[in-house]
Amino acid sequence: MNLNLTLIGQLIAFTIFVIFCMKYVWPPISGALAERQKRIAEGLDAADKAARDLESAKSQIEDELKQARSQVTELVEQANKRSSQIVEEAQDKARAEAEKILMSAQAQIAQDAAQARESLRADVAKLAIVGAERVLGATVDQAAHKKLLAELAEEL
Amino acid sequence: MALQNPTPSEYIQHHLTNLTYGYHPENGWSFAHGAKEAAEMGFMAIHVDTMAWSVGLGILFCWLFRAGAKAAHAGVPTGVLNFVELMVEFVDKSVKETFHGKSNLIAPLALTICCWIFLMNLMDLVPVDLVPYLFMVSGVEYMKIVPTTDVNATLGMSIGVFLLIVIYSIKIKGVSGFVGELTLQPFGKWMIPFNFLLEGVGLIAKPISLALRLFGNLYAGELIFILIALLPFYLQWFLSVPWAIFHILVIVLQAFIFMMLTIVYLSMAHEHH
Repeated sequence: MNLNLTLIGQLIAFTIFVIFCMKYVWPPISGALAERQKRIAEGLDAADKAARDLESAKSQIEDELKQARSQVTELVEQANKRSSQIVEEAQDKARAEAEKILMSAQAQIAQDAAQARESLRADVAKLAIVGAERVLGATVDQAAHKKLLAELAEEL
Repeated sequence: MALQNPTPSEYIQHHLTNLTYGYHPENGWSFAHGAKEAAEMGFMAIHVDTMAWSVGLGILFCWLFRAGAKAAHAGVPTGVLNFVELMVEFVDKSVKETFHGKSNLIAPLALTICCWIFLMNLMDLVPVDLVPYLFMVSGVEYMKIVPTTDVNATLGMSIGVFLLIVIYSIKIKGVSGFVGELTLQPFGKWMIPFNFLLEGVGLIAKPISLALRLFGNLYAGELIFILIALLPFYLQWFLSVPWAIFHILVIVLQAFIFMMLTIVYLSMAHEHH
């Protein structure tokens, strides 16, 4: 329990240890701790950012998918419309063609009929002349009776 | 004092005497033989055991924490770095909760106090007879291995803290501010002597209470271990084990209290009233 020089010795030792701690122990450790804290904070920030990025990428994908889907629907609709249009056009064309063919056929028929009638008439006139020649026994003068014959052919 | 079958009081006396080297009026510079000679040496003496153990433990602390500081990096901590960082963070948190100024000294100071006092207190758990006996065999008469049971050690530290209180008070508030704080409150300028007495006692009481609290706790603890050691050997474990377990709490708590009070005192020195 005696107070003596130990007091001073302890004071000096204490001072030295504190200064040592202050100079060589505390700064590196607290520096490393602060650095690590910073790094962890940065890491967490990066993780947050990545999560946000992921979220936005997801919503972008969603948007693009939606857009693509609507585009596809539109395209299909257009195609449907176009195909029905094509079918209609083809039908119209076919109908027109058929009509045309029919018309030309009718015209041909009419023409053929007229021709046939004409040749028939000519034949009948010829036959009539031949018949008349036989009956009359004489030759019908073509030139003299041309007018008569034409009138006859007209009447047939 | 040759201890062949000592009486209990001789035994206790022996275990509570430091290995003292000093200037004796009759023998000159020499080791003291017994408490009486040590007392006769007065102030010009030094407790070799206290100094050796405390400096040794201080070096152990410095070495351990220096190893941690050298290994310190911002990556994943391992091994000794884990422990060192744990202590540093604990101290740093305690300092930040109490001390709101900016100082490069207070946190390392608190760390040193906490760890060094803890290590010195820890020596209290070494069986009381073991080390003294070993030294006795090798010819050293006295050996007290717990530096904090020496009032010189605790007072040395608390005087260090006291000097810091004074230095910081003057640095922050100026000489006039510090003097004013000591003399102009709580009763105004017409009661200067009374104020000074009051505040002076308050100021002086800080290091004294700091030193005596630590010393008293550890000295009492040591004394009880010594008393238990006087019992027959088959009874000792029955008391020394519970007391040692309880003492684990005491040694940590006392180190923590010394540290916290130092922080509080220094933060008071930084504040204006």
